[in-house]
Amino acid sequence: MNNKKVQEALSKTVTALKKALPDIVGVLLLVGLVMQLDFGKIAKFFTGNSLLDALSGALLGSVAAGNPITSYVIGGELLDKGISLIAVTAFLLTWVTVGVVQLPAEILIMGRRFAIVRNLSSFVLAILVAFAVTLTVGAIL
Amino acid sequence: MKKFYQKIEDYVFIIIATLVYLIILLSNRALFVGGLESFWKLFVDVFPVILIVFLCIFITNLFINERQIARYFGERSGWGAWFLAIALGIISAGPIYVWYPLLADLRDKGMANSYIAVFLYNRAIKPQLLPIMVYYFGWVFVIVLTFYMIIASVINGIIVNKLMLPHHKNGEGTS
Repeated sequence: MNNKKVQEALSKTVTALKKALPDIVGVLLLVGLVMQLDFGKIAKFFTGNSLLDALSGALLGSVAAGNPITSYVIGGELLDKGISLIAVTAFLLTWVTVGVVQLPAEILIMGRRFAIVRNLSSFVLAILVAFAVTLTVGAIL
Repeated sequence: MKKFYQKIEDYVFIIIATLVYLIILLSNRALFVGGLESFWKLFVDVFPVILIVFLCIFITNLFINERQIARYFGERSGWGAWFLAIALGIISAGPIYVWYPLLADLRDKGMANSYIAVFLYNRAIKPQLLPIMVYYFGWVFVIVLTFYMIIASVINGIIVNKLMLPHHKNGEGTS
């Protein structure tokens, strides 16, 4: 192995680490705060209107952060409280595909336009997928 | 002076997060302590993944050149690249933001934005978490959701690629 090539690769990696690590730590700090919120109380945000509930579910999932398992537990609780499957599905989807908390870090590392387009597109798709999933599951069961 | 502002820009996000914590410390000590405890737990969980990601960056810098990236993940790489991006997104571990540095590095080498978006979207599908999801929502829901998510990831990739202006293709426009 060429020593110069190893040194060059190592130097590029250290530069990337120095640039990204503060942003990752910043995201972790903010996610730590978001995890203190009581998501069990979010049932009051839902009205019974499919479209509005899908939108509310998608918005709540977007601002929430943390392990996806937490979203399953909250989603299960919401279903038990009578919240629609469309709203819960939109919530589960945006929890993992849209990140308001990590958006500043995504902008800094991946670029503003990429981060905004990707998150907005994921948000709209979450609502469409929520409807598609609910209709398909309804047709199967 | 320009270098100083560049340095500040590198730390702007962590400075803002620290300021938020300082404000919370003054107004709600319990929230401050809870937030810090959660942060530490997350950091310990995520740290091995951060090491893996930077090892991946080192390996790609060492063994993979721009021509290879352009060939396998370039604008005209074809169906294989979509499937590979989906598979890599599904098998990758840890939170989404840990992967940004590697993806930014690969994009600099010629990876198309569409495949980056597909990779990030499929980070949402985690085979190891599926049994837990089945427990809460049932098999039918999980299979249908996973199927639609894979399709949505490709649509997401196409949308992101279409809406990126030519001069933004390589991440220019980063604030």
